[in-house]
Amino acid sequence: MLKLEARPEQSRLMSIGSPLLALLITVVVGTILFALLGKDPVRGLYIFFVEPLKSVYALTELAVKATPLMLIALGLALCFRSNVWNIGAEGQYILGAIFASGVAMTADKTTGGWFVILVLIAAVVGGMVWAAIVALLRDRFNANEILVSLMLVYVADQLLSYLVYGPWKDPAGYNFPQTITFLKSTQMPKLFSGFRVNAGVIVALFAVAAFWILLFRTYAGFQLQVGGLAPAAARYAGFSSRRALWTALLVSGGMAGLAGGLEIAGPLGQLTPYVPAGYGFAAIIVAYVGRLHPVGIVFSSILMSMFYIGGELAQSRLGLPKSLTGVFQGLLLFALLACDTLIYYRIRWQAARAPAPKPTVISTEKKVA
Amino acid sequence: MEAIALLLHDTLNAGTVLAFAALGLLINERSGIVNLGAEGMMLVAAIAGFAVGVQGNDWLAFAAGAAAGALLAGAFGLLVIYLNTNQYATGLALSLFGTGFSAFIGIAYTQAKLPERVRHEIPGLVDIPFVGPALFRQHPMVYIAIALTCGLAWFLYRSRAGLVLRAVGESPESAHALGYPVRRIRMIAVMVGGALCGLSGAYISVVYTPLWVEGMVAGKGWIALALTTFATWRPARVLLGAYLFGGITMLQLFLQSEGVQMPSQFLTMLPYIATIVVLVLISRNKSFIRINMPASIGKPFFPGS
Repeated sequence: MLKLEARPEQSRLMSIGSPLLALLITVVVGTILFALLGKDPVRGLYIFFVEPLKSVYALTELAVKATPLMLIALGLALCFRSNVWNIGAEGQYILGAIFASGVAMTADKTTGGWFVILVLIAAVVGGMVWAAIVALLRDRFNANEILVSLMLVYVADQLLSYLVYGPWKDPAGYNFPQTITFLKSTQMPKLFSGFRVNAGVIVALFAVAAFWILLFRTYAGFQLQVGGLAPAAARYAGFSSRRALWTALLVSGGMAGLAGGLEIAGPLGQLTPYVPAGYGFAAIIVAYVGRLHPVGIVFSSILMSMFYIGGELAQSRLGLPKSLTGVFQGLLLFALLACDTLIYYRIRWQAARAPAPKPTVISTEKKVA
Repeated sequence: MEAIALLLHDTLNAGTVLAFAALGLLINERSGIVNLGAEGMMLVAAIAGFAVGVQGNDWLAFAAGAAAGALLAGAFGLLVIYLNTNQYATGLALSLFGTGFSAFIGIAYTQAKLPERVRHEIPGLVDIPFVGPALFRQHPMVYIAIALTCGLAWFLYRSRAGLVLRAVGESPESAHALGYPVRRIRMIAVMVGGALCGLSGAYISVVYTPLWVEGMVAGKGWIALALTTFATWRPARVLLGAYLFGGITMLQLFLQSEGVQMPSQFLTMLPYIATIVVLVLISRNKSFIRINMPASIGKPFFPGS
């Protein structure tokens, strides 16, 4: 039978090969799924993997969706590396969008183009505030950060709904649940005229560089990672685990908030109930597929963005539900985690297994027959 | 008075949803495995149950839900127990997959309707004023949940198999050294837990809100996860906690119908905020949690490594 055997050292080859293998598995399962649904698998794969790269317009759209994913995933990578389980990035993203909108609404015709910077700062603060609740409750009351951050997603969702249906509703908006369309001064400058892509992409790429330096070239980044890999060693070295917790959550919250703010200051241009698009959850997959490494995240966010666009195209061209995206995303993470086993173990063929010892009953009493 | 009886009735009903899932997760966690995929399993089970329920038989629908839950939990268990993957990440993957997959399958059922719902009541007892409408006009699953809680408490504390399960959760190394098949026991626990989450999911789409809406589980899987901590991993406390949260969910509707002047969104937030508050209150005492928590929770066990 097949047996897993621990490798003496992690396989570097597999740590890069594993995401590719996982992608391959997802593609194979996808092909089968298309066939089962009675669609041409070749056409299906074409829509997911070629169509999003085919034209300049398609490429710019790819960048539009990859930007928030990249930003959120960078923050999450830092968080996961510090062994802090913030899975409520979606909520922090929503708060970023809310704070950004709150500031954007105050702009009038005389405000200059610099105003967008204020909008983005507000977004970062919004995300941080939401993540700070998680950090505070974890730090002060030992409350599980997974559950608290997740519950706050639902709270954020309701808060957003309250604002757009209530006090922030556009009075001239025919009663639609949305704010006014924000003025030009609150919007990021477009990179090319005629396309939606804006300077947010450049912000994201700068963030990639910044995170690379933070993680691998600074003492603070080193401390965080030691805390994640070997908490006992970190404690012995005198690295504060509380500081690591706060840093990880505030940074990842801020990044998610920034992503939300950039959506408001870019593609969306107003606050609507449709702001949460699942980027906060998809970014978890992006972070893992990108090996929690800033450069890896660039590639994985583009891949995940292809899944999003592919899903939309599959809906319009093949008549398949858009939720196909979610199926593929989940499959990819599943396959990746399974393939990651090969980093630490290798598969060996073992002829026969030694018989397992019989359960011994340790008891001072005689067993009643 | 009648309104209160109705509130109590709905509380038990809502609590039952949480009870099944949380009892399932309790079994998982007692074996040392945390399954963050509860939400995903419940969603897939909800659509599986609904798809079968449309054919007419509620009990077959529950069976389909349980089977779907057990199947997904089996996939999760395979990765976590036999391939040694990270429990948190794998559970998240299951939740993300389940959310997408259920929405994908569910498209065909958004307009579907279940056959007319039967009224369940216990003849005789239902005529008792107040108590009757509150307690005896329930779906049989409400009573099954109570029976299950008692059965599980007996199993964990009074049976040899329960002792072995707890031993595996406390110290897989010791259980392994004694010759117990730790991984097989964990796998069974995970699949039984998944089946119960599935039962809960099917109960939601077939009985609780008898229809299919994308994402209809609405965080109940996560609340159930919080409940196991809240209950310090004890079955009876899980049931009480489930009713408490059922009550909070229903209170929001009750307040709305009573015309309380508050935006509905803030009332909808209540169960989620209550979960956070309860988590904070119970986790505050670190040593209390540590004493009660199965010691190997979240840690992988891989014989021979």
